[in-house]
Amino acid sequence: MEHPENLKYTKEHEWILIEGESVTVGITDYAQDSLGDVVYLELPDEGDTITSGEPFGVVESVKAVSDLFAPVTGTVSEVNDALVDGPEDINDDPYGEAWMLKIDLDDVAELDGLMSSADYEAYIAEEA
Amino acid sequence: MAKALEGPLEEPLIFDRSREGRAGIGIPTPDVPIVDPHKVLPRLMVREEVKGFPELSELDVSRHFTRLSTLNFGVETGFYPLGSCTMKYNPKLNEEVAGLPGFAGLHPYQGEEMVQGALELTYELEKILEEISGMHAITLHPAAGAHGELTGMLMLAAYYRDRGETRHKVLIPDTAHGTNPASCALGGFTVVPVKTGPDGILTAKEVADHMDDDTAALMLTNPNTLGLFESNIKDISQVMHDKGGFVYCDGANLNAIMGLAKFGEMGVDIVQLNLHKTFSTPHGGGGPGSGPVGVTAELEPYLPKPRIIKTEEGYSYETDRPKSIGRMRAFHSQFTILVRAYAYIRRLGANGLKEASEAAILNANYLKEQLKDTYDLPYDVACMHEAVFSDKHQQERGITTMDIAKRLMDYGIHPPTIYFPLVVPGALMIEPTECEGLDTIDNFVEVMKKISAEDPELVKGAPHTAPRKRIDEIGAARRPRLRWITPEED
Repeated sequence: MEHPENLKYTKEHEWILIEGESVTVGITDYAQDSLGDVVYLELPDEGDTITSGEPFGVVESVKAVSDLFAPVTGTVSEVNDALVDGPEDINDDPYGEAWMLKIDLDDVAELDGLMSSADYEAYIAEEA
Repeated sequence: MAKALEGPLEEPLIFDRSREGRAGIGIPTPDVPIVDPHKVLPRLMVREEVKGFPELSELDVSRHFTRLSTLNFGVETGFYPLGSCTMKYNPKLNEEVAGLPGFAGLHPYQGEEMVQGALELTYELEKILEEISGMHAITLHPAAGAHGELTGMLMLAAYYRDRGETRHKVLIPDTAHGTNPASCALGGFTVVPVKTGPDGILTAKEVADHMDDDTAALMLTNPNTLGLFESNIKDISQVMHDKGGFVYCDGANLNAIMGLAKFGEMGVDIVQLNLHKTFSTPHGGGGPGSGPVGVTAELEPYLPKPRIIKTEEGYSYETDRPKSIGRMRAFHSQFTILVRAYAYIRRLGANGLKEASEAAILNANYLKEQLKDTYDLPYDVACMHEAVFSDKHQQERGITTMDIAKRLMDYGIHPPTIYFPLVVPGALMIEPTECEGLDTIDNFVEVMKKISAEDPELVKGAPHTAPRKRIDEIGAARRPRLRWITPEED
């Protein structure tokens, strides 16, 4: 399973790509593997505010339904609508085609709490 | 095209049985002029042609559904050890009693004075279930277990509103039945998950760590979905009550404790029972079930209405109940289901029900002991009416719980509950019920041991003999096809 080093990670199995004061968010290879084939995805709208730690959407597979948790606080600047129509990309390309949201951050300092690729891999090894 | 049978009957869709010009009945030529309905009826009342509407004879229809019925698997086909469902045999006596004209012939709009027998049965069943559950008052309104859960949650919400208090949260253990969080959410509460302890039961400390003034209730199942009795429940109830909260108990697993333990004595404030589980009324995709709810005296005013009262003149409905949450179901709810449960209970009596629970516990423990050398048993203790195994050992050869479940079908056995509870990965939740004899259980054990040692390719390719193989669930979820389409539309 892959967890690219240029990204940050959360305990809720999201990945974050940091670009200045804006981030792109998706779910990790480990997450999509645990879920199984994704059949449904619910995301917020552009312009919605999201709060760190609160659920911002839902991902559903034949096995389970899972909340998606906001890694940061901010405003949604872009939503991957194509992904909502074709959520299979979450399984096929979790870090590329399956980006979910772009968020404008309220507080850049929130990024300090995120895990590196190595920390995340240690974390999931412990969970298993 | 003529083809000999190679396996089970194949039965086409009813649309594919259609032959042009066939009809169910032949209408003789009338001796009055035929009138064009368009000329005499409003346009909206005249049926237009429905493309592809099947044209069939009575024989075609009869054959179709008879053949489909042979592809069905029920409790009367074979062993059905679906954990937490209590798939016990539905005695024919229940059907005979429910079919008595005085019950089956009732009309829901008949007045009180005409249905005294039905009211008497309902009233008596309430009293019986109050005795069995140890609760102060029972309502027979809810139409199923989850409906009973919702009834309980709505009553709690009403209770707090009545006191001008707002509490948002309900604690739910990670072993909870799936409907519990849904019922809470629907009742307007937020779910707070609580971890089960290392022994497979809840600890009072874990509950205390979460309990606060914003928590309305704890919603737990006892016995729980690991088949274990929540022995800390009295301490847990104390924790909840000390801070003004309530204990909701999901009574789905009552089959393990009839005549042995009462919810009312555990500190439980609300409990729902499942007549289609414990009391032998029919299961079936979606019911009709029945989920009676029992409450303490404190919560009684909030019960759904009308309630049945007994006066000198007979039985009658009481609707003057200002704190009631109102109706939960039209008319008299699942009345003929209540009749079946009543017949079952009266036939067994108090001693019979207790023996049923004891036998259920014995069967489950026997099965557990026989299988535990072959299948991983996460909680190796005395269980109640069901036991939970995992596929940990079988995974070493590449066989999963799903594979085992499918392969059981080839042996004429319905799979147990799988992948639940979530606290056991690859869970196999097995509930034999009290109805099965030693031969059935021994056969099941032998089959399970055999499957564990079979060629993995054979097991992973199962079922080999069923009318349908493994369904493409993902395709069905992603590209649902919800109606028959004509060959031209396809």
